[in-house]
Amino acid sequence: MSSSATPVEMPRWLDLVVLPIFNLALALLVCGIVVLIVGHDPGQVLALLVKGAFGSRIGFSYTLYYATTFVFTGLAVAVAFHGGLFNIGGEGQAMLGGIGTALAALALGDLLPAWIVLPAMVLAAAGFGMAWAAVPAAAQAWRGSHVVITTIMFNFIASALLSYLLVNVLKEPGNMTVESRSFGPGAKLPGVHELLGALGIEWPRSPLNLSVLLAIGAAVLVWLLVWRSRPGYMLRAVGFSPEAAHYAGIRPKAQIMLSMSISGALAGLVGVNEVAGVHGRLLLDYVVGAGFAGIAVSLIGRNHPVGIVLAALLFGALYQGGAELAFEIPGFSRDMVYTLQGLIVLFSGAMAQVAAPTLARAWQAIARRHLKAAHG
Amino acid sequence: MTAPAVALKRIDKRFGAVHANRAVDLVVERGTVHGIVGENGAGKSTLMSILYGFYQADSGAIEVDGQPVEIRSSRDAIALGIGMVHQHFMLVETFSALDNILLGAEPDWRLGKARAQVRADLERLMHDTGLAVRLELAVEDLPVGERQRLEILKTLYRGARVLILDEPTAVLTPQETEQLFATLRRLREGGTTILLITHKLKEIMALCDRVTVMRAGAVVLDAGIAETSVEALAVAMVGRRVQLGRSDTEAARPAAAGAVLLSARGLQWRDALGVPRLADVDLDLHAGEIVGIAGVSGNGQSELLDVLSGMRVPQAGELVVGRMRFGPHRWIDPGTARELGVAHVPEDRHRRGLVLPFGAWESGVLGYHRRPRYGRRGFMDAGAMTADTAAMMARYDVRPADPTLRSSTFSGGNQQKLVLAREALPEPTVLLVGQPTRGVDIGAIEFIHGRLRAMRDAGGAVLVVSSELDEILALADRVIVMGGGRVVGTLPINACTESELGKLMGGAHAPEVAAA
Repeated sequence: MSSSATPVEMPRWLDLVVLPIFNLALALLVCGIVVLIVGHDPGQVLALLVKGAFGSRIGFSYTLYYATTFVFTGLAVAVAFHGGLFNIGGEGQAMLGGIGTALAALALGDLLPAWIVLPAMVLAAAGFGMAWAAVPAAAQAWRGSHVVITTIMFNFIASALLSYLLVNVLKEPGNMTVESRSFGPGAKLPGVHELLGALGIEWPRSPLNLSVLLAIGAAVLVWLLVWRSRPGYMLRAVGFSPEAAHYAGIRPKAQIMLSMSISGALAGLVGVNEVAGVHGRLLLDYVVGAGFAGIAVSLIGRNHPVGIVLAALLFGALYQGGAELAFEIPGFSRDMVYTLQGLIVLFSGAMAQVAAPTLARAWQAIARRHLKAAHG
Repeated sequence: MTAPAVALKRIDKRFGAVHANRAVDLVVERGTVHGIVGENGAGKSTLMSILYGFYQADSGAIEVDGQPVEIRSSRDAIALGIGMVHQHFMLVETFSALDNILLGAEPDWRLGKARAQVRADLERLMHDTGLAVRLELAVEDLPVGERQRLEILKTLYRGARVLILDEPTAVLTPQETEQLFATLRRLREGGTTILLITHKLKEIMALCDRVTVMRAGAVVLDAGIAETSVEALAVAMVGRRVQLGRSDTEAARPAAAGAVLLSARGLQWRDALGVPRLADVDLDLHAGEIVGIAGVSGNGQSELLDVLSGMRVPQAGELVVGRMRFGPHRWIDPGTARELGVAHVPEDRHRRGLVLPFGAWESGVLGYHRRPRYGRRGFMDAGAMTADTAAMMARYDVRPADPTLRSSTFSGGNQQKLVLAREALPEPTVLLVGQPTRGVDIGAIEFIHGRLRAMRDAGGAVLVVSSELDEILALADRVIVMGGGRVVGTLPINACTESELGKLMGGAHAPEVAAA
């Protein structure tokens, strides 16, 4: 009883800096043991992973490209979380975002200049994602249907909707692949290599595109919204304590709609990065689990934009470095990389606070010794 | 002379920067009732938790019956014959009283046999101690007083010879309190040692043989009951003289009633199961009066506060605030209520009054966050919020006076002062207050009562719901007693006595005394 009831106080820097690094190190250590058992050299694997993700301009570009998607889905989870809701529908909302992007691009891309089409595509992505999240939100607000259940179900509906649209509506006649036609010239988001090239800086060709700036902007806006704005104040009040919010005259229904809509819009922006930024046409599988990865990213990033950007970079690096690893070491399968990701989610996400009491006690012991030394 | 039942020697305990117990000595003689009093945070709960094995002391020793012992868990404590009855009962509501005692102490794995055996033991124990409990009934069907007897019975059944009671009368009616005291006296005669933690000094004087007063973690007074008085105890607790109740210049008479500020008619509210919690309640609040709502907890007082403040929508009834009229189809909501000058200090400050993870500067504007003062164009003005919260903290002596701290880090009394400051400083015309001083120490009670009287004197109407009769008697100009969701009596203050109110609260219907 006594051990569970008394939380240990610890300074902020210990909680926000040392603890996450400690958890990450623990995950790497356990993974190292697994790698060792499989018969590889953990040092070599780690070095290749880091080198693959950060060691070259092209590798780093890929890391950033993956991270962009994770920032969107991570922020989406975080905004809903601050409103007291668990949005597991990032996957489906991202698919709808892609559909929105594609429809805007296909409708306008051949007719209008890029400076009109591209913003329209971004708005369509956010709008479609928002609409897809608003339905479960309304069901929660007015009928009490739990968003965890409904957003999961909406993922399946989104997937079916995407298949239906591609197969029956958007696929070009005569094309054997399930994909839409390529977008017109006005509907392609420029890649970072193109932008830097225009500025005279040579940069290797990669999927990294302008969306990365959109992701940074979204992170800043989310921070402003949640911690500096009045809607954010009300959102957090509802999230922390629905009773207190009701007491304060805040209508919970409106806050549910608000947080889920913004959450859905953020997830929808994944469509901009993938559909508009990379493929230039609508495909079947451009989301591939990014919506679910967003839950882990938000969890590890403690639902704060700065943490989410860092966690997204970590996940981006794992994706990119992992791909490199599988390529470089024969016999080292991608599954090992998934193992590492799983361990990081386990140690930095699910078990993030397990080491906290130990660290805090260690810190207190050190502090006490210093105190004694200072007095004695 | 026999060894004392319990002796705590030089007990010292720190929680981080807080020195909760400072070299505390406590000697409790066998077969006595020993009172422990002190303000919130004086360290009495910590001390009892150390005795009961929840915490370990940093230094010091414990002796039971003259033998040095180590108590590492509540299991050790029970084995040594020390039992504790918590303020919040530890009972399984859906189990029968018998099964609650059986739970964790089954003498046989065949429950039928175990029940028969335990029942036989309990019948004897109840006969010896006078603790009457209907063993067949589910706990949820027992009245509060009987649940408490069950807790005591459970503790005794497990062999307790030293009984620690934490604020045992907080939830009881005066009659139930009397009954409890009779039981405790009988237990004392039977040789049981009783440690009574309370903040009600009258109870100490009525029941205890000896009293220990704690302040700031240390013992400041330890005296036989004959050598002390309520006044001396209060001074020892707070460290200065306190004025509780009415000053000599303010006689207990109804205030001259002014204009009606809030008027409710025929309020009806049923819970989700269709059980009526408010039935036909009429209420008028006049300018310049404090109306006290008395009654045993759970008789509709909380629901009345909720309906008046807009937290709940009644199924029937009418409410008039100023020139606004509300019916069940368009009821007042908490936001509108504040705009109309009806402020609300909720009974449950943890769940309602504050958002605990918020900084104090954020909780300090809760409900007033839409005011233009706290920000324009959708953004919040952290500077204005912090400045106003700092002003509230200064005016209402909230400690520590640091608006950047989390709301949850303040003690209960200081949280209460912050909520009260937030609701009272905008000078509402009507203030609805639930349990204004629950968990608040005696110095802060004096202050809070003073603020409520000042509001009344400035022409406001104050509605106080309190489970403390003393508080109602000290504050109110008019007392409404509720029972079973109805108003069972309205008395001007000069017609109120504790026994009269106790009778009404206990269910006796009095003739309606015309309200002033």
